[in-house]
Amino acid sequence: MDEETPLSLHVPEPEWRPGDIPDYSGIVIPKAGTVRRPEIDEDPRAMRDLAFTIIRVLNRKGEAVGPWAGLLSDEELASGLRHMMLLRAYDARMLLAQRQGKTSFYMQHLGEEAISCAFQRALKPGDMNFPTYRQAGLLIASGYPMFKMMCQIYSNEEDPVRGRQLPVMYSSREHGFFSISGNLATQYIQAVGWAMASAISHDRRIAVGWIGDGSTAENDFHAALVFASTYKAPVVLNIVNNQWAISTFQGIARGGSGTFAARGLGFGMPALRVDGNDYLAVHAVARWAAERARRNLGPTLIEYVTYRAGGHSTSDDPAAYRPKEESDAWPLGDPVLRLKAHLIARGVWSEERHKQFEAQIMDEVIAVQKKAEAIGTLHTGAHPSPRDMFEDVYAELPPHLVRQRQEAGY
Amino acid sequence: MIEAIQNALDTAMGEDERVVVFGEDVGYFGGVFRCTAGLQKKYGRTRCFDTPISELGIVGAAIGMAVYGLRPCVEIQFADYMYPAYDQIVSEAARIRYRSAGEFTCPIVIRMPTGGGIYGGQTHSQSPEALFTHVCGLKTVVPSTPADARGLLLAAIADPDPVIFLEPKRLYNGPFDGHHERAVTSWKKHELGEVPDDHHVVALGQAAIRRQGGELTVLAYGTMVHVALAAAEETGIDAEIIDLRTLIPLDTATIHASVAKTGRCVVVHEATLTSGFGAELAALVQQNCFYQLEAPVRRITGWDTPYPHAQEWDYFPGPARVGRAFREIMEA
Repeated sequence: MDEETPLSLHVPEPEWRPGDIPDYSGIVIPKAGTVRRPEIDEDPRAMRDLAFTIIRVLNRKGEAVGPWAGLLSDEELASGLRHMMLLRAYDARMLLAQRQGKTSFYMQHLGEEAISCAFQRALKPGDMNFPTYRQAGLLIASGYPMFKMMCQIYSNEEDPVRGRQLPVMYSSREHGFFSISGNLATQYIQAVGWAMASAISHDRRIAVGWIGDGSTAENDFHAALVFASTYKAPVVLNIVNNQWAISTFQGIARGGSGTFAARGLGFGMPALRVDGNDYLAVHAVARWAAERARRNLGPTLIEYVTYRAGGHSTSDDPAAYRPKEESDAWPLGDPVLRLKAHLIARGVWSEERHKQFEAQIMDEVIAVQKKAEAIGTLHTGAHPSPRDMFEDVYAELPPHLVRQRQEAGY
Repeated sequence: MIEAIQNALDTAMGEDERVVVFGEDVGYFGGVFRCTAGLQKKYGRTRCFDTPISELGIVGAAIGMAVYGLRPCVEIQFADYMYPAYDQIVSEAARIRYRSAGEFTCPIVIRMPTGGGIYGGQTHSQSPEALFTHVCGLKTVVPSTPADARGLLLAAIADPDPVIFLEPKRLYNGPFDGHHERAVTSWKKHELGEVPDDHHVVALGQAAIRRQGGELTVLAYGTMVHVALAAAEETGIDAEIIDLRTLIPLDTATIHASVAKTGRCVVVHEATLTSGFGAELAALVQQNCFYQLEAPVRRITGWDTPYPHAQEWDYFPGPARVGRAFREIMEA
């Protein structure tokens, strides 16, 4: 017994820290078009392999190849590019606005634009997303006014949530975008509950849950998978694996599981892993899963492999915990550039046109920003009255809040 | 009281097909306390069903359903099991209306058996009401009679906001005044045991005066209403016993009017003392009735210990302890 090695604790570490040179050559990335596309009613047990691969459509030459390709028209692809570029321009302006002190906080999507923008295209009016704070592309792709988004960022008089929520915690019932909590993972099981309600009501609408790689460690994730699996809820459960949970690399939440998608296998649900920087792949898988849900075939778990190219939020500096070069070394590329290359390969786009488009989009966003700032920013202009702070705690203002509102001077 | 609760659920499900009932063992079996007996058979498996053992899942799914437009009324098997769902209750259910500026709402009812007196030990006896009353956006209800259980539950299900419905489990099968040495009696023989047949709704936020009195105001809810009634009877003190019924929203008018009349106030609850709901009541009474008070407000509660098993009756604030406090405050 004495000769046995004493126990030691395993604490996973990312492969690279600041100062190291990232090298992704050891990571196996299947060639675009090589992963099969099962029929939507195929037995989930027969597609377990899809949890350990990466479904990709766009190849290095910008061509759409394989069984998941061919779903979108030139116009749809061009509008997809526009959505992603709008989101990127919006992010850039709001990030700058935060640095200028016009708001307290911001969270950008840099590198992850394809996921929410392409997913939204698979949904129908009435479907409901239960998003995290990094899916504003769902709003943009559904035509939600950017003006309202900015007013939310500035907590001004036109903020739809009346200055009550941290910037980026949007809410829009009309656009199928459930109020963002700010607490992590809580929305995942709520999405399942919403989907169960739709099924109970013999409705045709489906729900979509969103979560990040880090938050899959929360209990809500497991509750969601149990309930979704048990009741075969018409829900698509998305995991956006952007490699980093603030400063914690994805291996801390993933543990010994090969992939995040593999978490779905124990629950007997289809689990697909997809290239999150490939607009076409994201859309194709989203449509497959949404169709499954709509046909009452039950839930699907999807892991989007992507990379958070920016900081977690404006309060974060990634240089403190990961190499600056990591983002450029990321092998799945940039979603905007990849879709651009595809449109060029299709012969409907050009470098020149793209440049013009980029400038035009930025002008558009700046014009909206001016309009929003004319209403107010966090510390200037018109804001919801402090009187409003007491509303909506309950449907009716109870006597004790009436007294407190008087005490507050309103 | 079990029949009254079952009847309220039956009534609500019959009148409104948006009402769904689920939780651990509530489907085919009808609940470990039988409060959902027969509902699955009557309304089908998609409106009354069993869930995995996940309180977080039960409440989280209920929230999603309420956001969709249903009216879920879920059961947590014991209030002591509520903690895994606490984040969903506090951060989510209670705040969805507020954070979305009314765009999304969360009309759910979370039923849970509360309190001791059944030799349940520290994991089947707790009274966590103060953990809910401290959370803005929630309403917290504790009935003390079958009629109230039915009427308040119907009001809770119809309410547009999330309601925590705490059912004193020692009252399920009959009234209980703390005399554990005496034989258990059924609600059928009790003067408060009658349940009206009609659609009798008891509005949230209205206290009931269970005993008129002029010497002392007693604020109680749930099982402790019956203990206070016994203590008044046994001490001969002319206590006015107020059954709060709803903790949030609180009927402060009834409380203040009574204390202004009697000049003395005792708060009785089974939950632990420190930071309990009694602290809130005592603070409100001293703030609003300071010049009418002839003695400090007194709190009679469970001790600040976990709820013990074998020592249950030394923990439980029974009629002897409550009566002693009545006498002491009358002499103060």
